[in-house]
Amino acid sequence: MRVLAMLLAALAVFAVPALAQQAMPPAPYAYTQIEDPALEAEARDLMLTLRCLKCQSQSIADSDAPMAGDMRHQVRTRLLAGQEPEEIRAWLVDRYGDYVSYSPEVSQTTWPLFAIPVLLLLFVGGVLLRRLGRRRSDGGEAA
Amino acid sequence: MKRLAYIVPLALFLFLAGLFAFQLTQPKDEFVKSTMIGKPLPNFALDPAAPGLAGASRADFMNGEPKLLNIWASWCVPCIAEAPQLEALAEEGVDIVGVAIRDRPEDVARFLERYGNPYSRVGADEISELQLEIGSSGVPETFVIDGKGVIRYQHIGDIRADDVPTLLEELEKAS
Repeated sequence: MRVLAMLLAALAVFAVPALAQQAMPPAPYAYTQIEDPALEAEARDLMLTLRCLKCQSQSIADSDAPMAGDMRHQVRTRLLAGQEPEEIRAWLVDRYGDYVSYSPEVSQTTWPLFAIPVLLLLFVGGVLLRRLGRRRSDGGEAA
Repeated sequence: MKRLAYIVPLALFLFLAGLFAFQLTQPKDEFVKSTMIGKPLPNFALDPAAPGLAGASRADFMNGEPKLLNIWASWCVPCIAEAPQLEALAEEGVDIVGVAIRDRPEDVARFLERYGNPYSRVGADEISELQLEIGSSGVPETFVIDGKGVIRYQHIGDIRADDVPTLLEELEKAS
């Protein structure tokens, strides 16, 4: 019982500051949609492809982390200011690198990911053609 | 030729198994590093984070002296752990500009009263605006800014005692 009480007390110490970061009201556009549905749809599409930096396996559209809210606010206010979605993505990639974006880019480090499947398909195609060609000519001789 | 048909896939398998085994035993680096190193600070002007403090702006970094830009918050537990190290850096004569993330003035004031105030200025960043501008992804983080307002170094997480010499060295390099 005493151990439990101590544990709870220890937990409380950590829980209170963690909650306090939500003591501030969220950024205006963290949980508020843009009035124009077309623009909000653009915002949503973009937010689904941006990584939350706090909880890194979620997009900022899915995450409830305060920082994700602040990122959504940036996305929506920048769209309202007339920026293009890809401009906003580039703005974030400039600051955090490719990792912040879920939409894959061909770059110096990622090009093998795109090249390898193409090379494999070419290789397999080549092998297949040779084998089929050989079989056909074999068949031709037998007939 | 027939032998090769067995050796090549086996070699490939062993190579991949080895690669996975190696990567799985590597500690995961969960930090997202800023890619703003070497780039200038954006334009910003933050209001004071609590009454009696000075706010922070880009102009404060332009006087030729390198400074530390410390991203912190009163609700952040590791920030308590790094408070003595910031105090030690301030005692060494380092100018530390604080930016309080998503914080209330009364909480900021209470934190500084309790754990000391090593800052020359503390600006309030209520919606992580400056934090996102400089590519910082958490609290606490500390940036070395040179005398022309260019970001030179990023320290992620709380400053431990053995990080202090590194930061002093980076400040030296930036001057």
